[in-house]
Amino acid sequence: MDNGFKGSAARNEAARARLLRGLLPALSLALVLAAIAWLNPRAISYFGFSLMLNLAIPIALATIAQMFVIAGNELDLSIGTFVGFVGCVTATWLKDAPLIGVLILVGLIGIYALLGALIHMRNLPSIVVTLGMSFVWQGLAILVLPKPGGKAPDWLLAIMSFKPPFIPFPIIAALLIAAVVHFGLMRTSYGVILRGSGGNPAALRRAGWSLLKTKIVLFALAGLFGVLSGMALIGITTSADANIGNGYTLLAIAGVILGGGEFVGGRVSPIGAVIGALTLALAASPLLTFMHIPPDWQVAANGAILIIVLAARVLISRRER
Amino acid sequence: MAAGNRDIRLSGAEKQFGAANTFIVRLDDAEKHFGAVRALGGVDFHVGPGECVGLVGHNGAGKSTLMHMVAGTSTPDSGTIGVHGGIEENYSVSRAQQLGIRCVFQELSLCPNLSVAENTRINHASLSGFGWRRRAAELIAAKLDEIFPDHGISAWDIVGDLSIGRRQMVEVARAFTVTQDRLDLVILDEPTSSLDAHTAGQLLAFVRRFVAGGKSCILISHVLGEVLRNADRIVVMRDGKVVASDAAGAFDRDRLVTVMGGAEAREKIAAQAAAAKPGASPLRVRARPAGQTDGKDLVARAGEIIGLAGLAGHGQTDLLLRIFNAAARAKAGIEVTAPVALVAGDRQSDGIFPQWSIAQNIGIRSLARLRNGLLISPRCEAELADAWKKKIGIRTPDMNNNIFSLSGGNQQKALFARALGSDAEIVLMDDPMRGVDIGTKLEVYDLVREEAGRGRTFLWYTTETEELDNCDHIYVFKNGRIVANLTRDELTEEKIIQSSFGDAA
Repeated sequence: MDNGFKGSAARNEAARARLLRGLLPALSLALVLAAIAWLNPRAISYFGFSLMLNLAIPIALATIAQMFVIAGNELDLSIGTFVGFVGCVTATWLKDAPLIGVLILVGLIGIYALLGALIHMRNLPSIVVTLGMSFVWQGLAILVLPKPGGKAPDWLLAIMSFKPPFIPFPIIAALLIAAVVHFGLMRTSYGVILRGSGGNPAALRRAGWSLLKTKIVLFALAGLFGVLSGMALIGITTSADANIGNGYTLLAIAGVILGGGEFVGGRVSPIGAVIGALTLALAASPLLTFMHIPPDWQVAANGAILIIVLAARVLISRRER
Repeated sequence: MAAGNRDIRLSGAEKQFGAANTFIVRLDDAEKHFGAVRALGGVDFHVGPGECVGLVGHNGAGKSTLMHMVAGTSTPDSGTIGVHGGIEENYSVSRAQQLGIRCVFQELSLCPNLSVAENTRINHASLSGFGWRRRAAELIAAKLDEIFPDHGISAWDIVGDLSIGRRQMVEVARAFTVTQDRLDLVILDEPTSSLDAHTAGQLLAFVRRFVAGGKSCILISHVLGEVLRNADRIVVMRDGKVVASDAAGAFDRDRLVTVMGGAEAREKIAAQAAAAKPGASPLRVRARPAGQTDGKDLVARAGEIIGLAGLAGHGQTDLLLRIFNAAARAKAGIEVTAPVALVAGDRQSDGIFPQWSIAQNIGIRSLARLRNGLLISPRCEAELADAWKKKIGIRTPDMNNNIFSLSGGNQQKALFARALGSDAEIVLMDDPMRGVDIGTKLEVYDLVREEAGRGRTFLWYTTETEELDNCDHIYVFKNGRIVANLTRDELTEEKIIQSSFGDAA
């Protein structure tokens, strides 16, 4: 039935396809970089990368937030407006009354944890709950900052404008985020439980683990990284606007999927997600500007890149089967 | 303090059981009902140290229900559970784990997205902290080496990449790994179903060694020879009760089969079906599988229940789908003379509309009848749904609730209601009882026979031989072709197995 030799050959094949799929995010990033280098060699420099990857840090953080939610087979449609609201709080309360600001931000993480609990206990579709929450965050953001303004706290500005020698700050930050989250989710013993809750929840419950707790932890982590993303964004833009994070919802989902994650089954990769976010950040405006694509068409061109990469992934996974 | 508790419990247990300390686990007068159906009716069951208990019985005899209670995944409606001589008031999975009782469930409970070592970690809370990955990998690799030498599995393989047989090996080996909790009893529910003869032999030899070391096993298997050869004691269940419990040596194959009572039940159903059967009735389906070269046809007449048997995935589903398509668009080789409905086996992906209510899910096959002008009449839809709620016993306070508010068995009932509530005279069933509790199964069997008595035709693909007892006629499939054509009187498990494995019939 399962003769050992044939079995191991099939397994090697599967492992090869998995490796290929794991390399795909890095490959797509390399492709985008190569295109940029070819179109504008001067962009490949310390200054060029600092400029091009300017917004990569908040995107990467928002992508990681989304990845935690997707790891538990859920989807967060509110992460974009959440980042925007955090940005508004950062540019107002956190600067003027740091203590209240910190309390609000911690409270926001708590609300995310509660959302996870609600979704689990009432067995609600996360898409519906988070879609509703996206309007709540948007409304709150407008209440806090009816018109663009506010100012980032000085310490935050200092961090985000840090210029390390040789390697641009966004790249160091991306490496750091990827390493920390990879260790936490892929290497620690509780990370296994978190991913298992997406892979086979019934098995986890049978082994005596609380699925309520895993969902709460995953959503709280999403909240934490959403808060970090909003703060990083304001550190870069220096002032806030209620609509500043709106595009992040879809960017974050695309980043997770581009990075090798799947919507169901607990298959996610933190390193891949960060690479996906970097790819999106580079493909967004710098590449397209160098290609002399008018701004009106850039959003569509960005979507086309996404479709191409995702199609390549589907082809590879189909071969795997 | 914990020791104090244990002492108190022990003395309580002494009163209850007398020499209860000699048992690892003991159930007294355990009862379990699923709605109106009794799954377990007052079962006494125990396992002592150093014995391998074989548990046999037809599907639906209550074996799995009983094992779920021993493993703590389900609690009895009444009766007591005692472990190591102490009565367990709040018995649960984690409690069972602490007390050294593990279960290898029939449906695999590994996470496909995790590695073998990571899956081991899930069952051991103590595999944490620095170096847990190495410890987990060593633990599972050592156990795999011990049970299945030359297994060819690496601890870092992702489970999703392994063949089904290897997954079962991992699952079994994982149940025998020990960290901080004790291990006294492992329940093996059909552990060899996906293993080849060689690895199955390795596993059973290991079970003997395990038992010789003073530990215990419960072995559930449909392969009677396996149980007869490896169990010390055999417990036979029938209709939710233990009907025999004796040393394995006291049984042979014939006695086991007699005690399991297949023959009687079969006669009963046969009598019912014969009584309901009309004479020569009009032809409903004549179909030939795509790969059939010897001119054998599947023929179904009005009022007949036709079984499609054979190993899983040998063309039964394909033929059902071809018949289903042929009802809409004429196809060569397939003749269908009445409207058709299909009850899907994989209800999550092929059956239910997840965001719809129960009533909508039932009404979708009958929209033409539910129309009022151009629109669907909510009143008609509600009437249809309520009629079937009563008839088939869907347990819900409100048919307008989301279909996911139902248990798995009740979801499947809603799918039956969809097919039976429609105008379809031919109902195709694609192994619809997968993962359905026994209570629901029995209710649906009755309903199918009743509907067949009214002239409906059923084509029923099933992987469970017992279900074929409900059929008038059985076609055995192999490699996409019909290899045998049995009437109910000729039906035996051996015949089906023979045809499924034979070169040609």
